[in-house]
Amino acid sequence: METHLYSIQLLPKPGIHDGDGQRVAEAAQRHLGLRTGRVQSTAVYSVRYPLTAQQLQDFAEQCLQDPVLHEVALNEFRRDPQFQSYILVAKGPGVTDDEGTSAQNALGDFLNQPLDTRTQHIFSKRLFLLEENLPPTDLRRLAEELLGNKLISRFEVGPADQIRDFTPRPGTSVDNTTHTIDLNVSDEALVQLSKDNLYALNLAEMQAVRAYYQLPETQQERQASGLPAEPTDCELEIIAQTWSEHCKHKEFSALINYRDAETGEEYQVDSLFKTYIKDATAEVDRQLRANGNDWLIKVFSDNAGAVRINDESLFVWKVETHNSPSAIDPYGGAITGILGNNRDPLATGIGGARLLFNTNVLCFGNPDYDGPLLTNQLHPRRIFEGVRKGIEDGGNKSGVPTVNGSIVFDDRYAGKPLVYCGTGAVMPMQLAGLDSWEKKIDDGDRIIMAGGRVGKDGIHGATFSSIELDESSPATAVQIGSPITQKLAMDFLILATRRGLIKCSTDNGAGGLSSSVGELAGISGGAVVDLEKVPLKYPGLRPWEIFVSESQERFTLVVEPGKLAEVLALGQEMEVELTDIGYFTADGYLDVRFAGAPVAQLNMHFLHEGVPRKIMEAEWQKPAAQEPKVEIRQNGVETHICVSPSNDPAANRSATSFDEETQICVSTTDVLFRLLGSLNICSRESVIRQYDHEVKGRTIIKPLMGATGQAPQDAAVVRFNFESWEGVAVSNGIQPRFGDLDAYHMSAGAFDEAVRQIIAVGGKLPNLTPGDNIFWSVNDNFCVPDSDFHPVTNPDGKQKLAKLVHMCQALRDATAAYCIPLTSGKDSMKNDFKADGVKISVPPTVLYSMTAKIEDVRRTVTSDFKQAGDVVYLLGRTYDELGGSEFYQLYKELGANVPQVRFAEAKELYTLIGQANDQQLIQSCHDLSDGGLAVALAEATFGDGLGAKIELTGELPLSAQLFSESHSRFVATVAPEDVVAFEQILGDKATRLGVVTNDNFLLVGHQGQLVIEADTEELRQIWTNGPVNQTIGFGEHVMGEGK
Amino acid sequence: MNQSAAVQALILTGFGINCEEEMAAAYRLAGAEATIVHLNQVLHGQVSIHDYDILNFPGGFSFGDDLGSGVVLAKKLRYRQTPGGFTLLDDLREFISRGKFVLGICNGFQVLVKLGLLPNLGGNFEPEVTLTHNVSGRYEDRWVRLKVNANNRSPFLQGLDSFEVPVRHGEGRLLIPDEATRQRILDQNLNCLTYCDATGCEVTQYPHNPNGADLNCAGLTDTTGQVFGLMPHPEAFLSLYNHPDWARRKRVNKELSEEGDGLKLFRNIVKHVASLPHRSASSASLESVETPLR
Repeated sequence: METHLYSIQLLPKPGIHDGDGQRVAEAAQRHLGLRTGRVQSTAVYSVRYPLTAQQLQDFAEQCLQDPVLHEVALNEFRRDPQFQSYILVAKGPGVTDDEGTSAQNALGDFLNQPLDTRTQHIFSKRLFLLEENLPPTDLRRLAEELLGNKLISRFEVGPADQIRDFTPRPGTSVDNTTHTIDLNVSDEALVQLSKDNLYALNLAEMQAVRAYYQLPETQQERQASGLPAEPTDCELEIIAQTWSEHCKHKEFSALINYRDAETGEEYQVDSLFKTYIKDATAEVDRQLRANGNDWLIKVFSDNAGAVRINDESLFVWKVETHNSPSAIDPYGGAITGILGNNRDPLATGIGGARLLFNTNVLCFGNPDYDGPLLTNQLHPRRIFEGVRKGIEDGGNKSGVPTVNGSIVFDDRYAGKPLVYCGTGAVMPMQLAGLDSWEKKIDDGDRIIMAGGRVGKDGIHGATFSSIELDESSPATAVQIGSPITQKLAMDFLILATRRGLIKCSTDNGAGGLSSSVGELAGISGGAVVDLEKVPLKYPGLRPWEIFVSESQERFTLVVEPGKLAEVLALGQEMEVELTDIGYFTADGYLDVRFAGAPVAQLNMHFLHEGVPRKIMEAEWQKPAAQEPKVEIRQNGVETHICVSPSNDPAANRSATSFDEETQICVSTTDVLFRLLGSLNICSRESVIRQYDHEVKGRTIIKPLMGATGQAPQDAAVVRFNFESWEGVAVSNGIQPRFGDLDAYHMSAGAFDEAVRQIIAVGGKLPNLTPGDNIFWSVNDNFCVPDSDFHPVTNPDGKQKLAKLVHMCQALRDATAAYCIPLTSGKDSMKNDFKADGVKISVPPTVLYSMTAKIEDVRRTVTSDFKQAGDVVYLLGRTYDELGGSEFYQLYKELGANVPQVRFAEAKELYTLIGQANDQQLIQSCHDLSDGGLAVALAEATFGDGLGAKIELTGELPLSAQLFSESHSRFVATVAPEDVVAFEQILGDKATRLGVVTNDNFLLVGHQGQLVIEADTEELRQIWTNGPVNQTIGFGEHVMGEGK
Repeated sequence: MNQSAAVQALILTGFGINCEEEMAAAYRLAGAEATIVHLNQVLHGQVSIHDYDILNFPGGFSFGDDLGSGVVLAKKLRYRQTPGGFTLLDDLREFISRGKFVLGICNGFQVLVKLGLLPNLGGNFEPEVTLTHNVSGRYEDRWVRLKVNANNRSPFLQGLDSFEVPVRHGEGRLLIPDEATRQRILDQNLNCLTYCDATGCEVTQYPHNPNGADLNCAGLTDTTGQVFGLMPHPEAFLSLYNHPDWARRKRVNKELSEEGDGLKLFRNIVKHVASLPHRSASSASLESVETPLR
């Protein structure tokens, strides 16, 4: 028994509802089939701090115990004899323990003593007591699958009369040594070295490193500086991090040899990024400026893109992914994804932007999957719930509203999920008289690390996310976010930048100090860092580990020497730890030391420019695809749709069961019901309501609206402040399904989807008139499977790369067509999960995250029908484009006719809708996407007890009219008195469909037949009780015993 | 300070509080001056609460709510001593005895309850009730309608019958440990806000009552009526355009006011404080007070 280790246990008082325990019991039964009997949940705090017995008791009773809720047990594990087994969930050594830190904070206040809250003195745990005497294997399974993650938690389980405790011990071994590594070895050994040390560098890259060390000037410099001739471990880690795909985007910068296998056409792409993204945006910027629209301020050159709102403010926008960490620890991966992405706008330019909102787009496998799992593969439902909880805590606890998002399900995301996190922020144009978006650093400026301390968490995150996941993926790559630590640092940064104390800032994300200091040093031309000064969570980190650790909630700040004292004093006042760890230089070297001794010295030019150019092969082979045969039949009063299988092998993609009959006939009304209840269309309300989407009081269009609070909206709209009505619309376009037919049209369609959502809420295209000052800011995020051809491990790599080329070409075309610029983006290149000889690869996916200025948020438009008598229109044209549709998906068909974006037509329509909105002629507007017109009509009735009477008159087959997912279309309503003016503007782009009715029935007629006849209340019920809300559950009152 | 000077609202922030900006906007729109200060400026004696008329604890996640919502902040106010050797709780007693007002919203309400300022039946600032996890076990953001107790004691609620507001919390369920306390809260009309349906009839069922609170309670006052706390967020409904159904309501009624229900509470208190005959305790040093986080 160690001295000064006490424990405090809080148990629910008799009669107090133990919701936590009850939920564990229910989840164990539901998800694992384990009968636990009653479960009691108790909190345990282990205190490793000298306290008298009286102090311990007083602290427990006055600070930790809620006298209404808890009983206290000191230095024992108290339990009712009815409980037979137990599970203790503790955190592993060095894992962030916010609850323990908060208890420590309370202890400091209680003792009225300054207590260093960054050294862990109190450790929080949960002790679950179970009525049933379960065997240890079941207890451990319950612990690992429901109560924690074995990568970060420590579990003790067993019979309840033999409870074992676990308290992390601080590391005591101090190993400050730096080792050298011999690169003068065979090519095979070089490759093995890269693999063993998780450098994620290929042979050519390892050879380039070796060549650098063999240069005579390198050798002379090293000798002069007292460094060994061989590279140090720290140097190779720095190079590996800097050259990682995550940081260097080697594949988006590669030279690609493209070949079309059918036409024989061949060409070279000299960097996807430069050709299709950067150059395209430069052309858009030229057109904007030629028209007096000069709001594009910063693109692709900082942590986030920046555009001008008005003379006073900038809008800053960034979207990133956090896929690999979310695959192995969904909660930790998502929360660090959110908080990490928040740091990008916070640390753009000088820094100190105010966060305005978050968005998130998630791609998961089917949560109802019931097949076997691969080694270390987590169940899709568990990933879903963990990621959801991470987003809840990451956004809610930071006070940033989550205003918009999307969830896409496809079984190919069951290996690696995609977790896209977006953050919009507002920054003053000027901070203390300087242009806020600029990053300036001079020789001699100090390097200040701010925020959390450094531990072993997150080591190798940057290199780890650049490779595919497999069974042996390292536990250290996982981090846990601490929203409260970051909130304190964020408050500090806002104040310090307003006072002109910070010259510029950047975040410590992937690659830690190595990345942040390494990149900033590129501005001044060098830096000197002394790692001994970096505050650690616990001793035992070697120098290279300190430098590349990705411990969260940290910023690197640049401070002029004369302002140092004031900065440090402010940090102390606001309880944010600041440490001076070195200074910037202009001598061309990144110079890292430990206690004055050299640890690394790297030529900046070599570090940033020395990575060999990648050359890749792309070859396009058009996949075979054919349409199934669809017939419309009348059966008495009901219209049926009958689908005959296309015999397309690609069609049977999904694992879920389906009717095996060769031909399936369903009434058109039933098709609508089935679509509304399908995984990709059904309501996400149970998820949305657990995110705070209106903190800050500025959210004008929320995810769900109307009198029912259940009508789904297209784009979110947020006002910037309380003094003006200016705001921003936010949307997301993502359509991976269409990529199975055509990656170009998938990418173009996703871009259009994001644009049309903004048009739907009343946004306007940019640059239509000179100096209109309507900014648009778009982030592209590519998440693709390994596209680097290898005859054995990746035989279809060329085809995958060809798809990526097509996706980028569509991006360029869309950007040019709408004159909408990209401002930032990200690519994630190895979204594969390999285990047990099986590889699960994501479908090529691109997300376009769009924002656009709204001049007056009071004039925006929501999706739901407003009043009976309003006239219903279809805006835009429908084509026979059922390929990849949700309708076909019901029949396990893919089809062939992929929806295409006709940019010129679309732009004309969007311009006319803007004109109609100028005159406030549109009462509701909903964009058409998954499920086509039928689903959009149904959703528009979800806001209130209204219905609609619709007559379809088009020439296309009924199935296409109802369910085709042709792009650039809307359902809109217009007040009867505005019909003439509206039709004058829209002309033949608007088709009158019918009228909004009071009788909550959706009636759709076609050629004298009623093809859809549905109670809109029932439609909403089916949609609301769909599989997503079933999985996450609703928040009903379920009172336990004792109430 | 002379009597015509603006009503002064002090708004605390820092350590995870995150609704300070909309709270300040509410007071400004209601005609008061709002000052946001970091809690440490008060604890370190740089700002005195006595220079203000209304002290406000906004919503958020103070200290991450790790030990239960509002607990760590409440303990800090109770135990942490200022350079003068006083705790902020001492200051609060003094503040209230001078006839001034305290408002806590959401996390701020949780702090006031856990500090013993609400309901404070015994008058000795000891916790008497608690706010804990919603029965659903989950955090929820949804809109509710509140019915105002006609005999309530708070100037914030004068002239109001019922109003709409969003709730955004995971620990909003009031739990009263015994029948006697429950009865005293009812007898003294401290249960000032209850959950109701669209017609203003009290309803205890989910989701009208989103958390399962005892007495269907959404807000409490102390016996003086000067301390008022509530779980929902009136500061998040300052304009019509915060409401999820604003677009339809505007379509149906073109004359609809652009002001939100929540603003009425702030207009009420500002008007009330401005009308007090002896509002002279405020010092004249306000100009020197910094507003760091605006």
